[in-house]
Amino acid sequence: MVARSPGWPAFKAYFFDWGYYKESFPEILDAFWVNVKLFCIAEVIILPAALLLAVLRSLPGPVFFPIRALAIVYADLFRGIPTILVIFMLGFGMPALGLDWIPDSQFFWAVVALVLVYTAYVSEVYRAGIESVHPSQAAAARSLGLTHSQSLRHVVLPQAVRRVIPPLLNDFIGLQKDTALVGALGVVEAFRQSQIDQAATFNGTYYLVAATLFVAITIPLARFTDWLVARDRRRQQAGRLA
Amino acid sequence: MTAEALRVEDVRKAFGKLEVLRGIDLVLAEHEVVCLIGASGSGKSTLLRCVNLLEPIDAGRIVVGGQEITTRGVDVNRVRRGIGIVFQSFNLFPHMTVRENVTLAPRKARSLSRREADEVATRLLDRFGLADKRDEYPDRLSGGQQQRVAIVRALAMEPRLLLLDEITSALDPELVAEVLDVIRELAAGGMTMLIATHEMGFARDVAHRVCFLDAGRILEEGRPEQLFEAPREERTKQFLQRIVAAGRL
Repeated sequence: MVARSPGWPAFKAYFFDWGYYKESFPEILDAFWVNVKLFCIAEVIILPAALLLAVLRSLPGPVFFPIRALAIVYADLFRGIPTILVIFMLGFGMPALGLDWIPDSQFFWAVVALVLVYTAYVSEVYRAGIESVHPSQAAAARSLGLTHSQSLRHVVLPQAVRRVIPPLLNDFIGLQKDTALVGALGVVEAFRQSQIDQAATFNGTYYLVAATLFVAITIPLARFTDWLVARDRRRQQAGRLA
Repeated sequence: MTAEALRVEDVRKAFGKLEVLRGIDLVLAEHEVVCLIGASGSGKSTLLRCVNLLEPIDAGRIVVGGQEITTRGVDVNRVRRGIGIVFQSFNLFPHMTVRENVTLAPRKARSLSRREADEVATRLLDRFGLADKRDEYPDRLSGGQQQRVAIVRALAMEPRLLLLDEITSALDPELVAEVLDVIRELAAGGMTMLIATHEMGFARDVAHRVCFLDAGRILEEGRPEQLFEAPREERTKQFLQRIVAAGRL
C-alpha cells in the first residue's frame, strides 16, 4: 500500500538513504551520549525525590497538612505544564536572569526541567503503590509498636516499590524519549544533531538514525519490564499453589 | 486472682453515625483469659482494636497494667509494645521470611540486636513447632502455620496482654485445632488474653470468663459453664441456639 503510493520513491530517497545513514551514524551516536547522560543523571535524582514526595503526601494528621498541600500543588503543576514549556522556561529563563550564582549551562537546566516534570509523574506512581498496600499491613506493623516511619520504611514501602517497578520503568522510557525535547534549547543531542545534518543536505535519513538509537535502548528496557511483570505473576501463582 | 491487667471503663466508639461500642466495662486480672462472643457486628473486633489503640475511642478510658493509655500525651508505640494482637487475616509481612517477620519489631521497637532477636525468634518458633519454617516466606505456609507465625510474632515482643481477634475464622476447619492448641498452651502458661471468637467449644474450654456482646454492650458475662448452660438473658439464649443450630457448639 505505502510502497505503491505516488510519493513513495521520493519518500524513500528522503528517509532511507543508506549512504547518509552510515556516514552520519558515528556523529549522531556521539550526540546521543548527551541524551544518555541527560536521562541517567535525571533518573538518579528522580527516583529518590519522587519517593520522598510520595511519602510526604502520605503523612497523616492535620499537623502535616501544609506539607501535603505543597506536595499536591507541586505535583499538579508539573504534571499539567507541557514538558517542552518547562524546558524552555528554565533553559532560556534562568540564564537570562544574569545572576552570577545561577548556572548558565543549558544542559544543567535541561536536567532540572526533566527532574521537575518526571518527579511529579513518578511520585504518583509511588503513591499508587503505597495505597495498594492493604491498610492491615500498616496496622500489623503499628500494633507491634513500630512507629509510623518504621512501618513505612520496613513494611509498606518495600511492598509498594516492588509492585510499581513496571510502571517506574515505563516512565523511565518516557524520560529517555523526552530528552529529545532538550534539543530545542540548542543542546546538541541526537535529535538536534540530526536536524543540523538534515539542514546541511536536505536529507531526512538522519532522523532515522536518531530514531534507531532511541529504539535500541527503549526496546530492551520494555522487554525487561515485561519479563519482570511475568516473573512477578509466576511468583504469585506459585505462592497460591503452595 | 492477682493484679489487674486491663480495665475498660464505659468505652464508646462510633464510625460516623454507627455506634459500635455503647459503653463497655470490662476488667481482666493478670493471667486471666476472657472470651468475647457475640454476633458479627456486635463490637468484639472494635473493642480489641481500641484496646490496642488502633482505633481512637470517643469516650471512656482504658487502663493497662495500672497506666491509663487513653489520655493525651501517651506514647502509643510504647503502649502497643506491651499489648500483642493477632488478627483474623494473619497480616504477616509477605516480603519477609518467617524469621524476619518475627524479629522486625523486637529489633526496631525493643532495640534488640539481630542476634538477640534471632535467639528469641528461634526459641519461640521451636516451641510452636515452626523451627523448619524459619526461612520460608509466608505464602509458602498453610493458613494454620501462618497464624501460628503471627502469634509468635506478637509473642516476640513479650507482651503482658494478648488480644486475639477471631484468629481461626479464616482457617480451613482441619487447621483450627493446631492454632487453638497454641492458645491453650499460652493460657496454661499464664498469659493474660482477651479473645474474640466464634469457637464456642474452645471458649468454654480455655476461658475463665465469657462475655456476650450484643449491639455494642456486654449484655451478659459469667463463667463459661454458667453462660453456655444457663444463660440469663433472652438474647444470649437466642444467640447460643443459633450457634447450636449451626453445629458450632
